[in-house]
Amino acid sequence: MIDREQVLHVAKLARLHLSDEEVERMASELSGILEHVEHISELDLDGVEPTSHVIALQNVFRPDEPRPSWERDEVLQSAPDPASGAFRVPSPQA
Amino acid sequence: MAGELIDLTVAGAAEQIRSGELSADEYFDAYREAAAGDSLNAFLWTAEEAGEAGEGPLGGIPVAVKDIFCTNGIPTTAGSKILEGYRPPYTATAVRKLREAGARVLGKVNMDEFAMGSSNENSAYGPVLNPWDSGRVPGGSSGGSAAAVAGRLAPCAIGTDTGGSIRQPAALCGIVGMKPTYGAVSRYGMIAFASSLDQCGPLTRDVTDAALILGAVEGRDPCDSTSIGIEGGVDLPKREDLKGLSFGIPKELASEAEGIESGVKEVFERTVALIEELGGEVSETELPHAPHGISAYYVLAPAEASANLARFDGVRYGMRVNGDDLTEMYEETRAEGFGAEVKRRIMLGTYALSSGYYEAYYGRAQRVRTKIAEDFSKAFESFDFVVTPTSPTVAFKLGAKTDDPLAMYLNDYCTVPMPLAGIPAISIPSGLSEGLPVGLQLAGPAFSENKILDASYALERALGFEGIPRAA
Repeated sequence: MIDREQVLHVAKLARLHLSDEEVERMASELSGILEHVEHISELDLDGVEPTSHVIALQNVFRPDEPRPSWERDEVLQSAPDPASGAFRVPSPQA
Repeated sequence: MAGELIDLTVAGAAEQIRSGELSADEYFDAYREAAAGDSLNAFLWTAEEAGEAGEGPLGGIPVAVKDIFCTNGIPTTAGSKILEGYRPPYTATAVRKLREAGARVLGKVNMDEFAMGSSNENSAYGPVLNPWDSGRVPGGSSGGSAAAVAGRLAPCAIGTDTGGSIRQPAALCGIVGMKPTYGAVSRYGMIAFASSLDQCGPLTRDVTDAALILGAVEGRDPCDSTSIGIEGGVDLPKREDLKGLSFGIPKELASEAEGIESGVKEVFERTVALIEELGGEVSETELPHAPHGISAYYVLAPAEASANLARFDGVRYGMRVNGDDLTEMYEETRAEGFGAEVKRRIMLGTYALSSGYYEAYYGRAQRVRTKIAEDFSKAFESFDFVVTPTSPTVAFKLGAKTDDPLAMYLNDYCTVPMPLAGIPAISIPSGLSEGLPVGLQLAGPAFSENKILDASYALERALGFEGIPRAA
């Protein structure tokens, strides 16, 4: 159902590098799972509202008051490559 | 002495600590020793110092925390290599509230990577072993939480449940596990898997302890706008019979369900008979769309996960694999940092959300979700509770399902419909089949936690389940 080309396209969208072996396996595994999922296409769902949030909630408000955020240094401690008080990354166009 | 301490329930130990009969430090040390000798691979990190014992309903109680909850300065991996060595700059609300109730963090416990799995075999830090039989899985994804509590390495734990990740491991390890109503507990600081489904809940040795832990963690939190809390809080359960309560058995998740082992069926039928002996009214009901729960879940959860896990890109935290440009860095970091199941779900979710497929998969799954919620509402017009086996099987052997993702997903058959409907459900140990624990699942309408706990308490007393695993 899902071929190699589609796997590579989706992997690109997901920013995931897959090995050749992973591409092969993914094509067969995803096809198997989607075949099971396809059963929902047999249901009559015309006019049924989609559920995105399951418990009815009104708007949730809070006062818009400024407050200090986390310390920059503390946050940067977890970063793989902090530099000059920021997150350093490779150039988008090397 | 340590053995006796370790046999106390949370409620019992808290009472003894309050009265001065038991030293909080001695109690903590007994567990720290137990956790240090962990042969189940349940703990990923253990506290070196007890820290301050607070006052409150959980004063001096050590808690094992699933490694999906951020803990300030304490390693938090979500079971993934991509977060190896990460020490968050903040603490999850659920953990903060446990501490405010007097509890102390005993350790961080193992889990399926990013809570994706039903066997704990998807952890980057190795599988957790079931204390009843070390050749078998403890269930997942909160496998470390369940194994630690069942194996007497912790008196109680918190976990998270998205499609069954608290209830199924609780069932497979012979303990109590509860998934509260969506919104009962804050998700702040809980690393997100599927945000419309994820909930935090307790894993404990008995129902009273589950009520104590839930009472400590529930509540509205300004940091999570979907949190509501449980109105009036959580009471300690006290019911002794089930008179005046009605229980519906959905045939789709019981008598007509495929794949439920005969041993599990036998224990379930015995437990249903016991419900009737206690005065509960039992009859069959239906949840016609529940069999489609797995299909809807395995579209919705991976779709949400594919968006939530976009943040693990080698920029702000965790590991990085260098690349020649930014895109290559992202792709190589994620290739190296994520395990096979996480990659599979990201791919599945990205595919379901991609152009041209959105309505066929995600849109339809959201409509199935509506139908499942409607089925439950209809059942609750006639019944107080819905009861089912928690898991179709007892704990299976390590490696038995690792090559077949779909077979692994079907473990969640009886537990997935409840989070899709947002409703609370508990699993309590109800007997043994082939020497391994079988769980009974009890679900009720949104925010019926107190009622569920009360009924479970009466049933627990009548069941008298005293199974203690070999490894404990």
